[in-house]
Amino acid sequence: MSEETTIAEPVIVPLRHPLRWVASGVVAVLFAMFVHTLFSKIPSGLTVCHRLHGHRVCGQELVWRFGWTEVFHYLLDPLVIQGVEMTLFVTVMAMVIGFVLGLIIAIMRMSSNRLLSSIAWLYTWFFRGTPVYVQLLFWFNIAILYQSFSLGIPFSHAFTMATISSNAIFTVLRAAIIAFGLNEAAYFAEIARGGLLSVDEGQLEAAKAIGMSRLQSLRFIIVPQAMRVIIPPSGNEVISMLKTTSIAVAIGLPELLYQTENIAARTYQIVPMLIVASLWYLAVTTVLSIGQFYVERHFAKGALRTVPPTPVQRLRADLAGSFIGRRGSGR
Amino acid sequence: MTDLMVEIASLRKSYGANEVLKSVDLNVARGEVTCLIGPSGSGKSTLLRCINQLEKHDAGLLRVDGELIGYHLRNGKLYERSERELCDERAAIGMVFQRFNLFPHLTVLDNVTIGQVRVKGVGVPQAQAKARELLARVGLHAKESHYPSQLSGGQQQRVAIARALAMEPKLMLFDEPTSALDPELVGEVLDVMKDLARSGMTMVVVTHEMGFAREVADSVYFLDGGVIEESGDPREVLVRPASQRLQDFLSKVL
Repeated sequence: MSEETTIAEPVIVPLRHPLRWVASGVVAVLFAMFVHTLFSKIPSGLTVCHRLHGHRVCGQELVWRFGWTEVFHYLLDPLVIQGVEMTLFVTVMAMVIGFVLGLIIAIMRMSSNRLLSSIAWLYTWFFRGTPVYVQLLFWFNIAILYQSFSLGIPFSHAFTMATISSNAIFTVLRAAIIAFGLNEAAYFAEIARGGLLSVDEGQLEAAKAIGMSRLQSLRFIIVPQAMRVIIPPSGNEVISMLKTTSIAVAIGLPELLYQTENIAARTYQIVPMLIVASLWYLAVTTVLSIGQFYVERHFAKGALRTVPPTPVQRLRADLAGSFIGRRGSGR
Repeated sequence: MTDLMVEIASLRKSYGANEVLKSVDLNVARGEVTCLIGPSGSGKSTLLRCINQLEKHDAGLLRVDGELIGYHLRNGKLYERSERELCDERAAIGMVFQRFNLFPHLTVLDNVTIGQVRVKGVGVPQAQAKARELLARVGLHAKESHYPSQLSGGQQQRVAIARALAMEPKLMLFDEPTSALDPELVGEVLDVMKDLARSGMTMVVVTHEMGFAREVADSVYFLDGGVIEESGDPREVLVRPASQRLQDFLSKVL
């Protein structure tokens, strides 16, 4: 009998990865050092005294290096909350303008009419080619270019039905929403165009063949499929917009950063107020990312044979698996 | 009303300088099955796609059920029809594609109901009832809640046939319906088509399935280089081809 036949089933010895362990150790130590500084205290420069067993004890006052006391004092300050609301409002309005106008520009760009597609190209070229900060200042100062807007016959002053001054239209808030919205439209147009192009040409033909109009084909067949490609970069755009609204500080829009900067100027709590603003931006971004996961999941129907499980479903499956004792068997 | 479902006279179509159809004449009688055969690039698919105006022809007259397709004829001039009119014309002509082109984001049932609901304005319960009836007819009543990607090619093509039939077309066009299928799945699609032919549906089929053409077709047209080289009864044309070109073609495909 040979040796092979006497051993029933050879044991598998997994390959070791020593370098991976070293790297993990280094990263873990560095991370621990950083976390330690986050929650360490430093002398404030003041001496404080208190009584202990009848003796007066004096020493350096210790405060959080990152000013957590101040951070949590101002985190839910009514002015900060107002700022968050303003940031969210401007973000939502600008994204709505960006999505609607962007989709129109994308469709214009794909039109067989040369004038329409050229205008769409020109729009994207201009609004993508200049900094959004410059555009924001332009809209804020638009009254210098156009004192008023009138409704009447083009190229003629003979007949006007209504006139409204620029300053009445372009308040700080509206200037910000228009600037961010029009800028976003240029980016979203390209995202939407990519999405529409990603849908197989046969889909439009099949929709036409059952008698759908161009608009019906877009709405019921093409756009729902394009959404799968459009959503991930759009999620990026929403998150990017949320943060971009902070540059409206420059025109005095009372959004989140404006409010925290104001409090910092009043209280000299510069770093804690920056942390307050950052925590809010992170919180909103987190909520948006979770939302994106579920929207993506919705539009994945049909494209994937099985829709990816939600974190809740995954947890439930893991728990159920461990109770039955078959955990990991199928992986 | 004539007994002709499709009348095509002197039809021309060019892509730039490339003339794909050079004065094609073709008639399909009501209730008949017509097969278009020919080598790739012969213009047979283009001809089929002109019938429901997925391609616009450049010259000639094309009638379906006595109605001029794509243009109005007034005072000796052809006026292009509006988008709305083209949609109405297309809704009455069913089409089945080589690559199925099912809507992947919709379930099988929704694929068969969406045209009825959105184009014909049928109520959802009624449309679903009709869809279930048609899915049963093509043998897929158990698959209604599946998505197209979960079906085999043959099953997808049968759903595509049901989707076209749901619009209650007076004419069905098939563009190489079995060419993208694995050989063992061809039969199930051809069986559905044979059943449809027996029920009296007028059909124009671009195909390479000579067996199907011989068995089911009432007439066969052989296209080569944008012209109809030969046409007639398939049991005649396919068995004793007159032209050298058809003889060469048949020797390659059979």
